[in-house]
Amino acid sequence: MRWFKTVAAALVLWIPAAAWAAGNGNLNLVLLEWDDDPRYRERAVEARFPAQPWGRPYAGAAVAVKEARFAMSAAGTKLELERRAVTSADQAGQLFRERYGQGVRIFLLDLPAVMVAGIAALSDQQPALLFNVSALDDALRQEQCHKNLFHTAPSRSMLTDALAQYLVFKKWRDLLVLKGSQQGDAEYYRAFQRSAKRYGLKVEAEKDFVLGRDPRQRSQNNVALLTAGEDYEVVYVVDSQGEFARDVPYQVQKPRPVVGAAGLVADWWHWAWERHGAPQVNKRFLKRENRPMTGYDWSAWMAVKVITEAVLRTRSSELSELRDYIRGGEITLDGVKGYPLNFRSWNNQLRQPVFLTTGNWVVAQAPLEGFLHQSNNLDTLGFDQRENRCKL
Amino acid sequence: MRLRKYLVPLALLVASLGAHAKGTGYVFVSSEKDHVVTVFEPGSLKKVKEIQTSERPRAMKFSADHSKLYVACGDDDAIDVIDVASLTVEKSIAIGDDPDRFDISPDGKYLYASNEDEGLLTIYDLGADEVVAEIEVGEEPEGVLVSPDNQRVYVTSEVANIVHVVDASSRELVANIVVGNRPRRFALTPDQKQLWVTNEVGGTVTIIDPASNQVVGEIEFKPKGFRAEDVTPVGMVMTRDGATAYVTLGGANHFAVVDVPTREVKQYVLVGKRAWGVALSPDERTLYVTNGKSDDMSVIDTGSLKVVRSVPAGRVPHDVVVDN
Repeated sequence: MRWFKTVAAALVLWIPAAAWAAGNGNLNLVLLEWDDDPRYRERAVEARFPAQPWGRPYAGAAVAVKEARFAMSAAGTKLELERRAVTSADQAGQLFRERYGQGVRIFLLDLPAVMVAGIAALSDQQPALLFNVSALDDALRQEQCHKNLFHTAPSRSMLTDALAQYLVFKKWRDLLVLKGSQQGDAEYYRAFQRSAKRYGLKVEAEKDFVLGRDPRQRSQNNVALLTAGEDYEVVYVVDSQGEFARDVPYQVQKPRPVVGAAGLVADWWHWAWERHGAPQVNKRFLKRENRPMTGYDWSAWMAVKVITEAVLRTRSSELSELRDYIRGGEITLDGVKGYPLNFRSWNNQLRQPVFLTTGNWVVAQAPLEGFLHQSNNLDTLGFDQRENRCKL
Repeated sequence: MRLRKYLVPLALLVASLGAHAKGTGYVFVSSEKDHVVTVFEPGSLKKVKEIQTSERPRAMKFSADHSKLYVACGDDDAIDVIDVASLTVEKSIAIGDDPDRFDISPDGKYLYASNEDEGLLTIYDLGADEVVAEIEVGEEPEGVLVSPDNQRVYVTSEVANIVHVVDASSRELVANIVVGNRPRRFALTPDQKQLWVTNEVGGTVTIIDPASNQVVGEIEFKPKGFRAEDVTPVGMVMTRDGATAYVTLGGANHFAVVDVPTREVKQYVLVGKRAWGVALSPDERTLYVTNGKSDDMSVIDTGSLKVVRSVPAGRVPHDVVVDN
């Protein structure tokens, strides 16, 4: 009641903005998620693999909607977040068209890359704001980019660049690479290769691992055997899912640090981050969800923050105006990670620091000291303008 | 033996008499991670005492007569009350979750504290010793300022990018002023015509006209050799004549000297890492700045604007205040 009273008192002071597309003065956001998304299978989520989802990121968006109430009230509107689960790519497309027809223009996509690209293609002829909150795939930022599609989740390459910076910083350049054979592993591996080349890491040896205990495959499923031969400084595990990687630290044959998908892991949020107001965000999330907040949750939270900031500063309901503001250099976004954040104009990727994390600590924050860029140090992470293959 | 029995109280008496003397100019620094308020002697900068407080002491404020020093201790959900004469914690006020900044009404009756975690402004009756109201504000409320006429309470919300204006008598929100990103702390010009707010992520100071609740100006900070993202203004103090403001720039490791009438930045002065807290000595000839990431305090001569000393000041020094 107290909340209602204060908001009501505050409301009378503002002139409402122009009518919103959705009518009734509210600004509707729709979050789409896929029922069968393998990233959110119960077993995977419960395992709490580092830099993997520990639950659906919807919760992050919901926390940000609550945080936005005063700012949105000052802009004469209110955010309404609607959560819709779909069972297939077709249904995702149908739902997008249906809600678009009803006036919704802003969508949060918690979907695998192929579905994200599908929705973006559907929006080709119409103005819309789509936020990719969970797909890390590099291609979405390169060839498959789209003018309507904004990424608050980092690309895989931003994560592998962050880890590469750390290895260079420590002068741990000689690597033994263990890589998986899942579809996601190949994508991860390409990103690793790009970062290794970019930062001058040396691959001493490279081995494919397989999950399992089959003795006939022990040269590929036994960590001690995989790590026994060569000389190397660091074991780098390329595992997009995390199940193999979790067994590598301490099973490794030589006393060498493990990085990548276990040990020291590049992540874009961490429950133990204690600067820049992060503990408060983490506490709000924990209170609501009863679990720690992950990067995926942060990206959904951030997407709503982007919308809030754009509406607050432009006082506009015009989609093109919002999009121009979001893409322009003027926007200042507080991601609670220590830099004012904004989007790369060439591919709509949110610039952001990346953390180098262990189970319970943030060891370092990339860009690391000494990694400089001519215009914005955050552009030392991921695809810089000169590598750009995205045509918006 | 008998002698000692008398000596101890006598020593205590002498000590307390000494501390009672006005004009000590003692400098108090709160440090977040070792739960201490360190007391320095001005001039020599010798440590007079390390006062153990409740956990995570941050914001500090004297009572009007300077007999008490209030210290917000976020992790213990308390505001400790230090008796300035004896330099001891005399009691601890329960003030709700994670109190951050606070202010005391000019009549000394109420303490207004922002509760960082809960998004509340808590009003505490210092006479009755109880919480009398909680007002819901935007998330992560930070700076609190009570107007000298006791009519209005201003509180920032770091998340909403808003300065809330609360009517002190009705305890209702009467206005919400949109400012820069992550608004932190306030300073009111001595003529009370301008309310300054630091925007940590925006890298600016927003100037509000308290009569109309309109934003009337903005100050940008561009110290040489730092990028926009390093410039994170937080702390602010103004001279009594309203001529000069000192604004700490956080990650830029500098503070700015601002000419208040023209709103021009006159100079940037290098201090320690992550400069936040700032206070002036009673004669305004010395400025103290606490540096949270280098665990020290810079002492600046305001005439020459040179750092004359830098002293260790606990683990993650936060706020600094000076007794008069």
